[in-house]
Amino acid sequence: MSKAGITVATADPPAPAVRRLPRRRGIELALIVLAVLLSVYGYCAVGLARNGTVPPGAAGYGAGLGVLALLAHLAVRLRAPHADPLLLPIGVLLNGLGLVLIYRLDLETPGDRAAPAQLVWSTLGVALFILVVLVLRDHRVLQRYTYVCVAAALVLLTLPILFPAVNGARIWIRVAGFSIQPGEFAKVLLAVFFAAYLAANRNALAYTGRRVWRLQLPTGRVLGPIVAVWLVSVGVLILERDLGTSLLFFGLFVVLLYVATGRTGWIAVGLLLAALGAVAVGRLEPHVHGRIETWLHPFASIEAGEGANQLAQSLFAFAEGGLLGTGLGLGHSVLIGFAVKSDFILATAGEELGFAGLSAVFLLYGLLVERGYRAGLALREPFGRLLAVGLASLVALQVFVIAGGVTGLIPLTGMAMPFLAQGGSSVVTNWAIVALLVRVSDSARRQHDGQDGR
Amino acid sequence: MTRHIRHAGFFCALLLVALLVNAARVQVVQAPAYDRNPANRRPDIARYEQPRGDILVGGRPVTGSKDTREHLRYERTYTDGPLYAPVTGFASQLYGTTLLEHSEDGILSGSDPMLAPFPLWNDFTRARNSGGDVVTTLDPAAQRAAYEGLAGLKGAVAAVEPSTGRILALVSRPSYDPQPLSGNGPAAAEAWRRLNADRDRPMLNRAIRQTYPPGSTFKVVTLAAALDAGVVTDLDAPTDSPDPYTLPGTRTRLTNASRGCRNASVREAFTLSCNTVFARLGVAVGAPDMTATARAFGFNNPALRVPFPVARSTFDTSLDRAQLGLSSIGQYNTRATPLQMAMVAAAVANGGQVREPYLVERTTRPGGSILATAGSRAVRQAMYPSTAVRLRALMREVVEDGTGWRAAIRGSKVGGKTGTAQHGRRNSGTPYAWFISWAQGERDLAPRVAVAVVVEDAEAERRNISGGGDAAPIARAVMEAVLASR
Repeated sequence: MSKAGITVATADPPAPAVRRLPRRRGIELALIVLAVLLSVYGYCAVGLARNGTVPPGAAGYGAGLGVLALLAHLAVRLRAPHADPLLLPIGVLLNGLGLVLIYRLDLETPGDRAAPAQLVWSTLGVALFILVVLVLRDHRVLQRYTYVCVAAALVLLTLPILFPAVNGARIWIRVAGFSIQPGEFAKVLLAVFFAAYLAANRNALAYTGRRVWRLQLPTGRVLGPIVAVWLVSVGVLILERDLGTSLLFFGLFVVLLYVATGRTGWIAVGLLLAALGAVAVGRLEPHVHGRIETWLHPFASIEAGEGANQLAQSLFAFAEGGLLGTGLGLGHSVLIGFAVKSDFILATAGEELGFAGLSAVFLLYGLLVERGYRAGLALREPFGRLLAVGLASLVALQVFVIAGGVTGLIPLTGMAMPFLAQGGSSVVTNWAIVALLVRVSDSARRQHDGQDGR
Repeated sequence: MTRHIRHAGFFCALLLVALLVNAARVQVVQAPAYDRNPANRRPDIARYEQPRGDILVGGRPVTGSKDTREHLRYERTYTDGPLYAPVTGFASQLYGTTLLEHSEDGILSGSDPMLAPFPLWNDFTRARNSGGDVVTTLDPAAQRAAYEGLAGLKGAVAAVEPSTGRILALVSRPSYDPQPLSGNGPAAAEAWRRLNADRDRPMLNRAIRQTYPPGSTFKVVTLAAALDAGVVTDLDAPTDSPDPYTLPGTRTRLTNASRGCRNASVREAFTLSCNTVFARLGVAVGAPDMTATARAFGFNNPALRVPFPVARSTFDTSLDRAQLGLSSIGQYNTRATPLQMAMVAAAVANGGQVREPYLVERTTRPGGSILATAGSRAVRQAMYPSTAVRLRALMREVVEDGTGWRAAIRGSKVGGKTGTAQHGRRNSGTPYAWFISWAQGERDLAPRVAVAVVVEDAEAERRNISGGGDAAPIARAVMEAVLASR
């Protein structure tokens, strides 16, 4: 360009500008390095605060996380060079921070070390990420597997019924010493199914059927299958007492239905159904009823002389963090006891990183969701749009339900904080979600480049 | 579709805002209330996360801290726990703190803002300061002498330095070891239960928290009032007192333990401890002057702190003449702590001035740099200096050739006053043996120590119980210990 600039007077008029989105792979790499460094810094900070020395595993931990992230980055460079450069670094940073928090809590519970297993699961997750990015050349291929997806999702959802309940919920299956939460995997499959089905039938959904009052009711032939799938999955989850996930599926269903049909009425119906369901379940289910009571009166157990319950302990932890936090390794969120590394991991972040750190974590999730939505907006074809919106909404809803639960905003439902919480299935699933978002965003931005304008 | 994706995105943004606002509510707005919740264990964990500062006696710590590696990490330890328990109190993770451990808790636990290097520094760093030390005024030799003197007895000793008010010894027996109370396990609960169930009440600090009828030792106060009021001018003039003396307005006849009180001079009456003479003197002085003098000595003061609160010693203010007579010989409603009676002896030794007693010489930062020193204390003139001179002479006579001879120390000036206080219904209880005294060493310019000793239930036969017999030797041992030091 600069060479041409000298001879501009005699040159041909410039070709009409093609809108080119920069690839920004270098920025992605820089952000990944930053994410790894931040995680290693957190790991060292825990060791320094606890023992006054850098923990011996710091170099290994940094190298492991770094190699994983670089491999993922190479895969993106190779097969999704146009992908959004923020998605992968956010995944790395959240995963790294989760490992730091779990390692930090392991120090308080010497008999129950979770960080090594989490590192193994993270490796598997990144491997799955790489696999998806390398193998899945175009996300539209997934449309072919609409019914495979829904069948697999339903099988995965029903599988835990055959296994004994753990802590009151039948959501685990145990294979060779590892426990797996199939509901986690099912949510991606279900998102794919919803997106594919709604993309294929959205016109029929929007424009056929009878009109009842202000609502355009689609014909049963079109709406039937999807409502059936949704009812089955939510029903199964209620049987398994996994109310968080059923709430998640419900939210996903309503959001995608709204986006696909553009009918505000669906939101009204959704809210009405949600309210009815919440009242019914809250009344009839003692487990849920207890959760609601705890949410309304978190300190009732203290006044009754029974000591602080988990939610109260969680609130104490957040409160102790204050604006700037106690510093990594210096909080006492372990007082929460059971589930401190899984459902309540956010309390540790809140206590030790403070409101500032917690806001940063929330904003990271917000950015991840926003990038997903942006990819959805940029795409032209409905399946990709719905898939991107569905996956991003899954993250948003899950973060809201669990974070709102542990901070006392809404009743508590046991779910895993994406990337942060202890739990292999969750980490692997979230890497799959990020992989799909990378793939979709690659298509979206390639489209803009005009190289793949379809 | 684009429009609806935007709507959905807006909805997600709304969720994010809700989370952020709620987090701010919990972590900033409600945080102080949550921090104060009694079920929140974080303040306790922070409190016991570091070793506690020490209480020093004679330059050496009598306390320590033990790392238990438990959630509440450091526990208090005590060297010579029973010896110093009436001063240190206990610091328990279950039962809180008492005495110095309580009143100096901010320094010892490190929470006192004075320990911070700069104002507001700790609010910024969230750091907790290491605990500072508390240096006491106690004289370890005097404390031990008092403690051993009371071995096997029930009673208390208080010793002060007359010219300053520094407390040199504060002992209560039977005592207890605060150590087992330190932790939070079942052992601490068991020790607590046992100590509270003990009928001898070992945790009662008899030197400051228990009041006794002072008996004849109160005659020092009565005589000070009489001399100041001019009721007595000549100590050697006969007083025209009957024996027994019928209390005015009653048919109660007051008698004496000693012979020779009829018509005795004040000097003789003081040495012999004649009830009749002093009851008449009190009546002659009158309630207003008696009350004023007692108050000047420190009676009826509910606010005395050394720095932990001292029980109020009482001299009744609304008395008829018979009650006034009884009160003037330390009976009826007159009650005093051993520390109060040590203050009485100290006032005589110190030219009539009462120095408010104190126990903390200074507090220091962990490194030893001084945080605060004992400030100037209130001084009250309890009697004219000339009165103090005359009383001093009288008290010396008690020791040199009176009931207090057992307190004499060769080569030193010692003044004293014995007391045997009747109590219980119709005076049926075993009397309390009292002795108050002061001592001035051969080369001292002023008396160095004033002591009060009370023995509750001496194992002697009742008629043998007397301040001179039981209490004076203990006082003597304490005074000797003080005079020998330095």
